[in-house]
Amino acid sequence: MNTHDEDRLKRLLQQALPPVESDPEPGRDLWPAMLRRLDARPAAAPLRFWAWFDAALLAGLAAFAALVPASIPVFLYYL
Amino acid sequence: MQDGSSGLLNAFRQGSPEAFEAAFETLFRQHQRAVYGWILRIVRNPATAEDLTVETFWRIYRARGHFEPSRGFEGWARRIATRAALDWLRTARPETELPAETPAPAAADPAVSAEIRRKIAEAFQQLAPKLRIAATLAVIEDLPHKDVAEALGISVAAVKLRVFRALRLLRRDLQQQGITP
Repeated sequence: MNTHDEDRLKRLLQQALPPVESDPEPGRDLWPAMLRRLDARPAAAPLRFWAWFDAALLAGLAAFAALVPASIPVFLYYL
Repeated sequence: MQDGSSGLLNAFRQGSPEAFEAAFETLFRQHQRAVYGWILRIVRNPATAEDLTVETFWRIYRARGHFEPSRGFEGWARRIATRAALDWLRTARPETELPAETPAPAAADPAVSAEIRRKIAEAFQQLAPKLRIAATLAVIEDLPHKDVAEALGISVAAVKLRVFRALRLLRRDLQQQGITP
């Protein structure tokens, strides 16, 4: 694709999906929705559970890698 | 987006619960419009952009412990907003993103029919979200690659590569539909 083709495609794309107007504003004040969101959920994740879960997962993976060393390259590939 | 004062940012980061709540509301009111506008550029749907603005500030609220006041609020908020929009693009079905009728811009080329514009828009929605978001910001919104790179948390070279790949895939898709861009 040369520069001319690329410019033409860019122009077509801008015609199909026109740029958003500059500095748009929401149709309503979003603070009330924000307050509802803050009230609906706990503010912090249960860190102790995740710390325990992460440690268990890591230990499981380490044990599996020790038992099946051939799995190590597969793990590394998907990291 | 204008950054708040350092006192405000410090109160948000490590103030007392009362000072934090007040700082958060102030930052929300200062930045909601800019965050909304940024998200709207990506998702192109006002109602979705409003929901994602709230989602973004919810993530900001939870991640305040990772905020570094010395680096400013604007860029941090924009990165979180971009991530929230990208998550939405990954889960939303393409047909839910396009308006019922894609409006023609004022300076539309009369040789390009509404049907072709619709097909281009549909083909664009089929691109992978990470390619689409880069092309949307860099090509459609014509924003500097540096700004796009900062928002996406990638290098300028990676933005250029994603835009190139997006345009190449779009061109191939259109050619398969018999449209020669």
